Amino acid sequence: MIRWLLLLLGGALLGGIVHLATVMALPRTATHDAYSRLAASAVNTVVPLPSPTPESATMPFMDPAFVSAVCRYDLSTGPLKLRVPVGPAYTSVSFYTRFDVAYYALNDRSAGRRVIELDLMTSQQHNDMPEEEDVTAADRLIVESPTPTGLIAIRALAPEPGLIPAARAALAAASCQRQDLSKMGGQ
Amino acid sequence: MRLLFGSLFAFVVAALVGLGATYFALSRGAAFGALSIGSWTAWPKSGTADADPYARATIARTGQLPVALGDGVSFSAQKDDNGHILDGRCSVVVSGVTPAARFWTMTLYNVGGELVANSVGRYGFTSEEVVRNADGSFAVTVAPRANPGNWLPTGGVERYSLVLRFYDTAIGVATRASREVPMPAIKTRGCP
Repeated sequence: MIRWLLLLLGGALLGGIVHLATVMALPRTATHDAYSRLAASAVNTVVPLPSPTPESATMPFMDPAFVSAVCRYDLSTGPLKLRVPVGPAYTSVSFYTRFDVAYYALNDRSAGRRVIELDLMTSQQHNDMPEEEDVTAADRLIVESPTPTGLIAIRALAPEPGLIPAARAALAAASCQRQDLSKMGGQ
Repeated sequence: MRLLFGSLFAFVVAALVGLGATYFALSRGAAFGALSIGSWTAWPKSGTADADPYARATIARTGQLPVALGDGVSFSAQKDDNGHILDGRCSVVVSGVTPAARFWTMTLYNVGGELVANSVGRYGFTSEEVVRNADGSFAVTVAPRANPGNWLPTGGVERYSLVLRFYDTAIGVATRASREVPMPAIKTRGCP
């Protein structure tokens, strides 16, 4: 009897380890996470997403009041420059790692201009930047990505349905492009 | 032989306990750092790089992109203030005021996070669209049939969840339920 109780206890303890291991491993094995759903879209390009409808949505729990676009990025060939014109009401840019963890976000008000403009790079690429360039570019916003690949979600709010075209137009003018480090300082 | 049976038994128990706990935790959407105000719950930390493994696993499993904390905070409710599960065949009133934010949106989703089809093609309200009372408060009627005022159609689905998202808001990881963060009340008014 005691033997079986001990085995039960041992099994339960082992189960705890199994539980933790599966929870930790899940993001790396998931095949229907947001990044995989968008895996067919082009890399380093802003791809507009269709507005969610009851019949079809790119991913669950999308906000129908927003017009959205994504840029699936790959920084292995160099840093990216992101430019997003501000929409009619509220525009935000959120950065996600390859495993859909949001590591940074900013909106039109915190960017403080009519255009949200920033450079996205890995910490290695940031360290490799010439120092004087870092100084001249003091007003330049640099975002460090923890993973070489990931997602940028660009979203513009249309507070009323009539403003959807304006929000869509703002996002249509957004760009995320690879930019040579040497050229970046001169602007 | 006894050893074989014994270890087999322990492994079966381990698999049941481990996988069962994982399934249970993820289908409940469990994560640490929940902020519950009234019937509404948010996980502000899930929108940051500090998201815990449970939040990460839930995000990966559902396939959604969480609202990043610098962008906003997303509150969801599956029950009314009396603890009854929200039923799309009933008339439910969401009323009150919201915490400070530049914009908010209220959206109705089915259990799978999809929008619910309805005759008028309305899936939610934004803070600009909603008609308010003289004191700034508002009331949204969530019901299957047309209602005067702010009507959010349920399409008659059995279960749904309401998601209230605040954009450009001070609500964050350090926020505690208090008078500073008033959330609208959810009351079931009548079921057919």
